[in-house]
Amino acid sequence: MSEQIKVPTMAQYMAEGKKPEVLFWVGCAGSFDDRAKKITKAFVKLLHKAGVDFAVLGTEESCTGDPAKRAGNEFLFQMQAMTNIEVMNAYEIKKVVTTCPHCFNTIKNEYPELGGNYQVMHHTQFLKSLLNEGRLKVEGGKYKGKRITFHDPCYLGRANGEYEAPRDLLRKLEVELIEMKSCKSKGLCCGAGGAQMFKDAEKGDKEVNIHRTEQALETKPEVVAAGCPFCNTMMSDGVKNKEKEDTIEVLDVAEMIANAEEL
Amino acid sequence: MEFIPQILFLIALTAAVLFFVKNVKRLRRNILLGKDVDRKDKKDIRFKKMMRVALGQSKMVKRPIAGILHIIVYVGFVIINIEVLEIIIDGIAGTHRVFSFLGPVYSFLIGSFEILAFLVLVSVIVFWIRRNMLNIKRFLSKELKGWPKNDANYILYFEVVLMLLFLTMNAADYQLQQNAYEGYVEAGAYPISSFIVPLFENMSNASLVILERSAWWAHILGIFIFLNYLYYSKHLHILLAFPNVYFSNIENQGKFKNLESVTNEVKLMMDPNADPFAEPENEGEEEVPEKFGASDATDLNWFQLLSAYTCTECGRCTSECPANQTGKKLSPRKIMMDTRDRLEEIGDNLNKNKGEFKDDGKQLLDDYISREELWACTTCNACVEACPIGIDPLSIIMDMRQYLVMEQSAAPAELNNAMTNIENNAAPWPYNQQDRLKWAEEGV
Repeated sequence: MSEQIKVPTMAQYMAEGKKPEVLFWVGCAGSFDDRAKKITKAFVKLLHKAGVDFAVLGTEESCTGDPAKRAGNEFLFQMQAMTNIEVMNAYEIKKVVTTCPHCFNTIKNEYPELGGNYQVMHHTQFLKSLLNEGRLKVEGGKYKGKRITFHDPCYLGRANGEYEAPRDLLRKLEVELIEMKSCKSKGLCCGAGGAQMFKDAEKGDKEVNIHRTEQALETKPEVVAAGCPFCNTMMSDGVKNKEKEDTIEVLDVAEMIANAEEL
Repeated sequence: MEFIPQILFLIALTAAVLFFVKNVKRLRRNILLGKDVDRKDKKDIRFKKMMRVALGQSKMVKRPIAGILHIIVYVGFVIINIEVLEIIIDGIAGTHRVFSFLGPVYSFLIGSFEILAFLVLVSVIVFWIRRNMLNIKRFLSKELKGWPKNDANYILYFEVVLMLLFLTMNAADYQLQQNAYEGYVEAGAYPISSFIVPLFENMSNASLVILERSAWWAHILGIFIFLNYLYYSKHLHILLAFPNVYFSNIENQGKFKNLESVTNEVKLMMDPNADPFAEPENEGEEEVPEKFGASDATDLNWFQLLSAYTCTECGRCTSECPANQTGKKLSPRKIMMDTRDRLEEIGDNLNKNKGEFKDDGKQLLDDYISREELWACTTCNACVEACPIGIDPLSIIMDMRQYLVMEQSAAPAELNNAMTNIENNAAPWPYNQQDRLKWAEEGV
């Protein structure tokens, strides 16, 4: 795409006296991790295509505190939360969308008691709403008829009961959706949650991501679809470990839509 | 002389009730050793959840074989207890089958009880086979060795014996009715026990009466004993599943509670108007700051402690746990079992020392639950989702992690690095916050 998409910040909007329709909460992985940045960019392309008036916090965004809280550091979590809430409330944010289920869960469920009340959506929910409103069209394309399995992120699925939004999007891509034996409310974790992403696993006979990847491979997929940057990393590592990275892609649902549309 | 059976019955009944009340009081006291937590809001939602999940067994059938067998035993247990009411009235009043005046209704009731008793018998035998012969993984875990395994089997044996006694009692009664023996009016229907009757064909009426009375007494005494076995067993769930589901978490499972004590401190720290050198309020009395997190059972809240007594060690949580599936030490079921064992130990300590806890140099952390177990959790909520009666082992793991990190600074080194990064540069990795928008500058 030749046209450079502009990513406005809240500060710029404020300076212009404008308010965006939605705040895109990028998250640490989405900002810094090379793999996750691709998801961020794919989502921004979709926002742009649908004509969504969005902005990001940019350098004013901080870790939501999820890994600190789940590691047991409530103090650090609340410091982070209050800092973020102060920033978001100063900008009078009403609606937040994020590509990370951990940020999604934390802002949605744990910020309200600390004074942060926003309508929070996971990007698959937001994309689905764009579809429903007719602002974004998704049909068929590159993945039509391909065997795809969806790995439920714990913090989107079990934690918040959202199993269908990502699947609805995949159905719009007319893929052949094949479920793993543990899916939806019984979906197996990728192994990254609860701050495990940032430490070595305890002694066991296998890594969790390898176990989950094996379940995914049982469905003989062409793509493992994910909805979380951390799951994405864990599943990509798993696929590499099984030396299948040449035949099986691990992609975020947003990336798949953007690819299908050749954005 | 004719009142002797009634007097004996009253003694047995009173003893059973008194002992049961004593156990309930102890149970209540132990649970209330826990910290307070507000689980009394939204009564209508809680009640509906209890009806659906506890009474309606909605989560049990997620595993169809075990679920359906369990429903049979559960329905059998609840309905056959109507018969126990008659037995108790008969025992006190010295009557025999006092409800028999109900005629066809009585026949229907007794007939249904018999069919249910038979189905319970079959289910319990299948349960025993599953538990002891089929090598089902969740019944083979380390934490089930010894007492928990025996406990589970004792419960099954108890149920087999009770059902057999019930059917024997009915069969002897039925034969006596057919012999038109005095005191045994024709009443009831015996679709199952009539198959046992041929075994008693050649017995005299006197022997039949002895058989019928023995089975009757053994059956009701068995129930009294079983009632009082509950407190010492994992079987308490037949009573506690209901309050446990009622008081269980009704919010999104991903919402972990925010510690209020921390909120107050953080607010103070971030308040530009706060005077950092201000004297604390309540001057004079050194306020002992509340302990963060949990290192012992009594640091947990009463709902978590109620859950520890409610857990029936089915192991659905453990079999869904990603850490456990990949060979780590963590087992959510063990977390609940350890919590109960430690709480019982604290309760015994209180009993021995006239209600005052004497330091025993032990705690839930390390002496029961190891750090290795706690750090293996991915907080994925699979255990919480799997529990058929609303138990939340994850909340205990989280409380104990809080203690480790906030009281002991004992997080694994890599986690300390991640947390230092969050503190210094607002991300778990060592990237500069000023670079957060670099991805956009690279071009979308």
